[in-house]
Amino acid sequence: MEQALTLFFEYKEEIFIIALSIFLGIEVISHVPAVLHTPLMSGANAISGVIIIGGIILVGHADLTSFSVNLVLGILALIFGTLNVVGGFAITDRMLEMFKKKKK
Amino acid sequence: MDFTIGDSLLELSYLIAALLFVFGLKLLSHPATARRGNLWAASGMGLAMITTLLLHKNSSGGGIPMMNMWVIILFIGIGSALGWIIARKVKMTAMPQLVSLFNASGGAASMLVALLEYPNAIAGDTGSILVTVLGLVIGAIAFSGSVIAWGKLDGRVGDIMKPFMTYLNLFLLVLTIALSVYIIISPNPPTDLMWAIYILTLLSLIYGVMFVMPIGGADMPVVISLLNALTGIAAAMAGFIYGNQAMILGGILVGAAGMILTMLMCKAMNRSLLNVIIGSFGGSAAGAAGDGDKTVKEISLSDAAVLLSYSQKVYIVPGYGLAVAQAQHLCHELDTLLAAKGVEVKYAIHPVAGRMPGHMNVLLAEADVPYDKLVEMDEANNEMPNTDVVIVIGANDVVNPAAEDDPGSPIYGMPIIKVLDAKNVIVMKRSMAAGYAAIPNNLFYHPKNSMLFGDAKASLQKLVTEVKSL
Repeated sequence: MEQALTLFFEYKEEIFIIALSIFLGIEVISHVPAVLHTPLMSGANAISGVIIIGGIILVGHADLTSFSVNLVLGILALIFGTLNVVGGFAITDRMLEMFKKKKK
Repeated sequence: MDFTIGDSLLELSYLIAALLFVFGLKLLSHPATARRGNLWAASGMGLAMITTLLLHKNSSGGGIPMMNMWVIILFIGIGSALGWIIARKVKMTAMPQLVSLFNASGGAASMLVALLEYPNAIAGDTGSILVTVLGLVIGAIAFSGSVIAWGKLDGRVGDIMKPFMTYLNLFLLVLTIALSVYIIISPNPPTDLMWAIYILTLLSLIYGVMFVMPIGGADMPVVISLLNALTGIAAAMAGFIYGNQAMILGGILVGAAGMILTMLMCKAMNRSLLNVIIGSFGGSAAGAAGDGDKTVKEISLSDAAVLLSYSQKVYIVPGYGLAVAQAQHLCHELDTLLAAKGVEVKYAIHPVAGRMPGHMNVLLAEADVPYDKLVEMDEANNEMPNTDVVIVIGANDVVNPAAEDDPGSPIYGMPIIKVLDAKNVIVMKRSMAAGYAAIPNNLFYHPKNSMLFGDAKASLQKLVTEVKSL
């Protein structure tokens, strides 16, 4: 119990952010029409590609002078993250373009 | 004091990125602004990426060296080109697969980041080890689970459901949790626990595969949005490792949004999330339906064409079969032909029709069906009594009356499109086989209903020709 409380204190800012983000996520997306379920999911999916920042940090401070498995894995993380971000936003845009075309 | 300016700018850019994510997502949930919203979120991401590259410092205050910058730019370039080409070139109808594939790559990235950061954790620092392990496990499950989901949507992986799998999955889950707890509370330095971390990674990957494997059919939209939520949560956990607010907020935002969508899909099937994950539709699906004198009435193409042409109002209920047959363009051709004859044609969309949330909407939009013709379930049900003909194409469980009148049926209580309220029903179907859930559908035997057997595409093609010749 004490340990849990210590943890909470240590990470209080982050825990606040989490609590508020959950609320925000729920508020922002409730009442979304069914037409937008797929684009919304796919757009949100692209946002989860924010993990790319972790990839940039990893490879950014990696030692490039010697070859290591970790370096390869880091670069893989970078590529996967980029795929998620760029592919995700691009496919969402393509979907929405399709919806828009018919509006006129 | 140079370094503090850089640090502040970096944090400021994260704040702006986070705000762009929130506004982007908000705009994405309204049809008129959705495209702008996507662009906003994307620019937030671009901003965060650029400032991280330029301004990020490691714990000893060193920025990213020039050499590393070039390497990063090179591989981001490769990833971007690949992502862009895939997203632009792949056929629109392969959309569900693609969304799963991109989700898998996000999960993989989270898993790798957590795996690589774990050895840097300080022994006994329970907090950072906790988030690292969570990021690893959730990321790995999202990754392998999404790969299997992709395989299923692409028709490469079948639904495998054996009774023992429920127990095996439960066992795997307990094992994964136990090992995670062991790693988190262990006082040993992380570098001594690498074996455990590798086993945990493997276990999580296997669990992801096993947990998606038995799920299929109408449960697919639930799983897809759940996996989406998991990727978001995994990214947020990685954000914890770096104390990066943009990552935490972005990830949790996606997690919360994905959970809502998951719940929405569950509600559309009147099932709990646990029920979807643990058990597929119950084995004893026989229900109370009386057998014996069941006869199926068939309708000829020309009769169907006449019936449709002289109706005032027609509803089309599309299902996964329409997507499989790739018959959406023919479907649209039929509806424009009928509209030209003065028939009012609309589409009734069940929330879980298809294999991902909103699948039918995307499919029909690809065939240029205007989205104001797509009617959500409740509204469509209100209009059913004034409808002359309902055509069911490739849908089964979402129109099964057993959901309303057979308490013994596994889908009892699931909201359906009440096609029997309409005057006539035509079901287009390949054969008399039951749907994914293997639940008998009494709609087929109802006096109001007639069957039009055959491949949806071929039947629609013939129907279009018949209607034209009238």
